[in-house]
Amino acid sequence: MGNVVVWVVWVVAAFACISSGIAVVTFSNPFYSALALIGNLASLAVLYLLLSAEFVAAGQVLVYAGAVMVMFLFVTAYLGGRADAPWAGGPTWQQIGGVLAAGAILVEVIVVIGLKAGGKLSHEAKIESGFGSPHEIGRLFLTDHLLAFEITSVVLLVAAVGSVILGAHAHARGALVERGKEAGAGT
Amino acid sequence: MQGPEVAWYLVVAAFLFATGALGVLLRRSPLIVLLSLEIMLNGANLALITFARHQGDETGQIFALAVMAVAASEVVVGLGLIVAIARKRIDLDVDKLNVLRG
Repeated sequence: MGNVVVWVVWVVAAFACISSGIAVVTFSNPFYSALALIGNLASLAVLYLLLSAEFVAAGQVLVYAGAVMVMFLFVTAYLGGRADAPWAGGPTWQQIGGVLAAGAILVEVIVVIGLKAGGKLSHEAKIESGFGSPHEIGRLFLTDHLLAFEITSVVLLVAAVGSVILGAHAHARGALVERGKEAGAGT
Repeated sequence: MQGPEVAWYLVVAAFLFATGALGVLLRRSPLIVLLSLEIMLNGANLALITFARHQGDETGQIFALAVMAVAASEVVVGLGLIVAIARKRIDLDVDKLNVLRG
């Protein structure tokens, strides 16, 4: 009985995940794409829960679907939902190449999963009840993976400083251009 | 483990990665290219967490959390660049953005 429920949840989550992923790529308005990505992230969190990665699922919903996507929606709204120009004429060599490359990646990965790992993937390791809990993840982060933890904090700091500098620089340049235009109009 | 085998999760991860790659290669709006990049990163994250479950070792989940932090930084810098480009009244089209000079 429990097995059937897990299968049903898995099928629904996987279907939602893949279809919202396709929606992100196909919507012409970036705002709708960002909304579809929120659905994608939420259904991925369900898959993480099925894989007993509770802390990662919670982090996914809080950090990704929460903070990162809110930033995305703000920027999209700030820029105004500019839709892509519609495809002109037939497919170009660029689009054909893109579809072929993406299809090649998909076929490649699935063939490798089927050939190399097919027999070995049927047995899962036995896990304890605390697997993937915040307690375990926190213990690992502060003992075995302390260096990765600290480096991650440095990466986040550098990204924050970099984006502030980018914004300030663009602002200064924009003001300069405006002043130049005024001077040009004056003469 | 109840439910589907590890290989099914990996197939979903492969589909997500290929969908994201398709978006990165085909779309011209840099915003949607960034969103597709997020899908690719999430496909890789799903594979990492699947293998963590398969091996019974949480190192994969630690790696996935690091990937999430890097993805957040990437979004911050990418959105900063897009806003800076839009402020200069340049078309938001990755096919036209082909010089690094400001």
